[in-house]
Amino acid sequence: MLRFIAKRLASAVLVMFTISVLVFLIFFATPGVNPASRIAGRSASPAVLRQVAKEFGLNRPLPVRYGLMMFHLFIKQDLTSYVNIGDKIIPQITAAAPITLSLIFGAVVIWLFVGISGGVIAAKNKGKFIDPLVMFFGIAAISIPVYWLGQMVLLITQGGLHSSIFSWIPNGGYVSLAQNPWQWALHLLFPWLTLASLYAGIYARVLRGELINNMNEDYIRTARAKGLSERRILYRHALRCSLISLVSLFGLDVGVLVGGAALLTEVVFGLQGVGWLTYQGLQNLDLPLIMGCVMYGAFFVVLASAVVDVLYAYIDPRIRVVA
Amino acid sequence: MSLDTPTPDAVLSVRDLKVSFATRQGVVRAVDGLSFDVGAKEVLGIVGESGSGKSVAMYSMLGLVRDANVSISGSVRFEGREILGLSDTDMQSVRGGQVGMIFQDPMTALTPVYTVGWQIVEQLRAHNEMTKKQAYERATELLAEVGIPDPKSRISHYPHEFSGGMRQRVVIAMALSCNPKLLIADEPTTALDVTTQAQILDLMGRLQATHGSSIVIITHDMGVIAEIAHRVVVMYAGRPAEIGPELDVVRSARHPYTWGLLGAVPRADVKTRRLVTIPGNAVSPLEVPEGCAFAPRCEYRMDICAERPPLRGAHEHLDACWLSDEQRLEIRSTATVRGES
Amino acid sequence: MVALGVLLFMVIVTLLAPIYAHDIAHDNPFASNLQGRIKIGGHYRAVMQSNTQGLGLGVTPIGPTWHFSKYFLGADSLGRDVFARILYGGRVTLLIGFSSGLICIFVATVLGMLAGYFGRATDWIISRALDIIWAFPIYLLAISLSVILVTSGLDLGIIHIGAGSLLLPILIIAAVYVPYVARPVRGIVFSLKERDFIQAAIASGASDWHILRKEILPNVAPSVIVFFPLMVALNILTESALSILGIGVQPPQASWGTIINDGLQLLYTRPWVAIAPGVCIVITCVALNILGDGVRDAFDPRAKLRGSI
Repeated sequence: MLRFIAKRLASAVLVMFTISVLVFLIFFATPGVNPASRIAGRSASPAVLRQVAKEFGLNRPLPVRYGLMMFHLFIKQDLTSYVNIGDKIIPQITAAAPITLSLIFGAVVIWLFVGISGGVIAAKNKGKFIDPLVMFFGIAAISIPVYWLGQMVLLITQGGLHSSIFSWIPNGGYVSLAQNPWQWALHLLFPWLTLASLYAGIYARVLRGELINNMNEDYIRTARAKGLSERRILYRHALRCSLISLVSLFGLDVGVLVGGAALLTEVVFGLQGVGWLTYQGLQNLDLPLIMGCVMYGAFFVVLASAVVDVLYAYIDPRIRVVA
Repeated sequence: MSLDTPTPDAVLSVRDLKVSFATRQGVVRAVDGLSFDVGAKEVLGIVGESGSGKSVAMYSMLGLVRDANVSISGSVRFEGREILGLSDTDMQSVRGGQVGMIFQDPMTALTPVYTVGWQIVEQLRAHNEMTKKQAYERATELLAEVGIPDPKSRISHYPHEFSGGMRQRVVIAMALSCNPKLLIADEPTTALDVTTQAQILDLMGRLQATHGSSIVIITHDMGVIAEIAHRVVVMYAGRPAEIGPELDVVRSARHPYTWGLLGAVPRADVKTRRLVTIPGNAVSPLEVPEGCAFAPRCEYRMDICAERPPLRGAHEHLDACWLSDEQRLEIRSTATVRGES
Repeated sequence: MVALGVLLFMVIVTLLAPIYAHDIAHDNPFASNLQGRIKIGGHYRAVMQSNTQGLGLGVTPIGPTWHFSKYFLGADSLGRDVFARILYGGRVTLLIGFSSGLICIFVATVLGMLAGYFGRATDWIISRALDIIWAFPIYLLAISLSVILVTSGLDLGIIHIGAGSLLLPILIIAAVYVPYVARPVRGIVFSLKERDFIQAAIASGASDWHILRKEILPNVAPSVIVFFPLMVALNILTESALSILGIGVQPPQASWGTIINDGLQLLYTRPWVAIAPGVCIVITCVALNILGDGVRDAFDPRAKLRGSI
């Protein structure tokens, strides 16, 4: 088991290293693109460009630049922004993290509840009217662009109806949990719903498929022959086995989200989480910030992937023998 | 056995069971008029080719056929009580509590995510008022009874940690856990190797004696019948071809299909004998003829076989064939002369 | 089947965009029309109306007129006919969606087959590359690439792709989703390799090429075909996300995503500019997803047991 963990760790580090190199290359070494002009702005004069190049050490060899950046990021932890000169990156990320976590937390609760209930209801009533209905909602949910959905939500809650029905919904922004729990939840309510909709759709569809497959398995027939109630068979046998495949999906989804993949939702609702920060960095081409955010994100993806592997072994006894 | 009325003291008494499915290609009559009895402490074997309807018959009796297009008719009495048409809730107390079932493939019969002990306990507590502790103790006893070594530790093992033969023993233990009056075994040994097969059959025989339950064993293998069954039902195309005490059926079979089945058993003691096969293929359930279902493949087919033969006979030995006893004697003597019997 | 119909409708309608613009609406959806006036029911109305909302911010474009031939859905902040732009934009969005999907599926299938069939070193290299791309959160990768490439174009020796070329979003989006398809393909090829008929082909001396083409490809094809509509839907969603953020399709071209972007400034005054293209995206993607499910069910005989959508 220890060997297994060690191997996972090693490949995780390798992945993160490669990602950092990739990001670096994309921003600094894409052929035909001049990094200095991007930092200084598109209409900068040659003199300014030379100045920028000198200041940011852009004339030194690539590996050296890369090494310096990594050094500042991880070891000295004082990496500063290219755009807002002097601003430290890492504190910005650590300040933004709780916001992202708050967003994900609520969304997860909602989407798990809706997605799993939806999948179970659809599978239980397979073929009857409610089954295709639930599935249709599932498909609709995954066909909506998240950013647009957020805007539509804002339109409804902040637009014409804001003065009447939706007056209680705040206009974006974030209130920390420590400050005021009620406001915290209120501000996050619609972001939660928006982010959750996509995943609820996916989970409902996947679970329905898995449940129906599993209900045709031999061990379900045995359970029936044991005289168990249909209810017990569905929940204790079929569902338990179907949830297994959801676990790995869930782990990866959460990992990716914690790492900042909810950036569109955060931007729409003005929540200054890690995703929002990444977006700012991308807009301004602030490479250190981007690098910091990407590394942060990659770390969580890799972590989540490893956790899922271990969790899988716990939930599905068959895997333990192999691992 | 009277075919018109159910036998009062039989554990299971089936009369004219018909199971059919409405499909896009037409009506499939999977079981077409099956009648038999199972007495107390008796082992009844149901034998036939794949597709003869033997499994469907037993599943439909217990409400295990979940197809919306099925229609079941006839009478099935378990310990005198009509169980065909019972509500699902009522059936749930019969299943597992009074009738145990064992299925063909032990590798997939148990839920992979729960321990073996948990699954036996689940059944025990579904039908009995027991504490968890009592149930686990009983489960350990059951595992010992079926020959699982070191049951106290193996009870908390998962199904995949057992071999095929061991898993089948667990399934048997589970099926017998509530002391059912009737145990139904659907091809319990088909998926196992020959040695394990013998062990399992042996186990079933012993358990039947100790628990006092009747067994219905479904198989395509006449060898299994000879080994363990007291009485036999031979099925073809959803219809009974021959019913009777095992010795009678094996020694003096009456239906040509049974002859084919018996002939198909390879024998080590008779030399120079080609393996006998029944010519033709099993009839498709969509094209069962109006008359005798076996007629198209029968060597001794006569004109009257265009009419469906009734199930009849003397004493306990019944058959559904137009051949008279004289005709059978003649056939048998010719066969002996040709060295085929 | 309904889904297929809806999809075809979308495609045909958008292809007819130029006809609408020239013959019916008589206006150019790409030119600003700040001074224009249109005639409705005998009255002339200015396209850019002086602000009636009391915010004092200047002019507001005309809202939906619900007249089919003129500014059906109103105008955007440059006075352009939104409905006509949506039709044109649809062509771009659908073009990107389908081409990306096609390229992605093609590349992913090839990589998956190579990795699965040849194993060992080939597999290791390809799989690591796929892992890297996949570990990058998709939007991040697409956004990073787009920010760089789309605003400044690509200049790789002989390959010159202008900043505004549609090829950039197409290639970026395709590249980002390659692991999504390649991994399952690789898995299928792995299990196929163990099957007897492949072993037989190898034993009888068939060349690798032959096996890949004649034996493996036909068996991989059904699963890949199932992926196609789903990929197109995903690609459309990704393109619109990138365009909404300004790093997808660039002006003067329009796609549904860019129109949404245009409409965001007018969200509270002229919401239809943002609502309509979004609804189009949703309808198209729902149709694609339903189609995808239908294709999958058609290929998988057991699916009939499962029924429903």
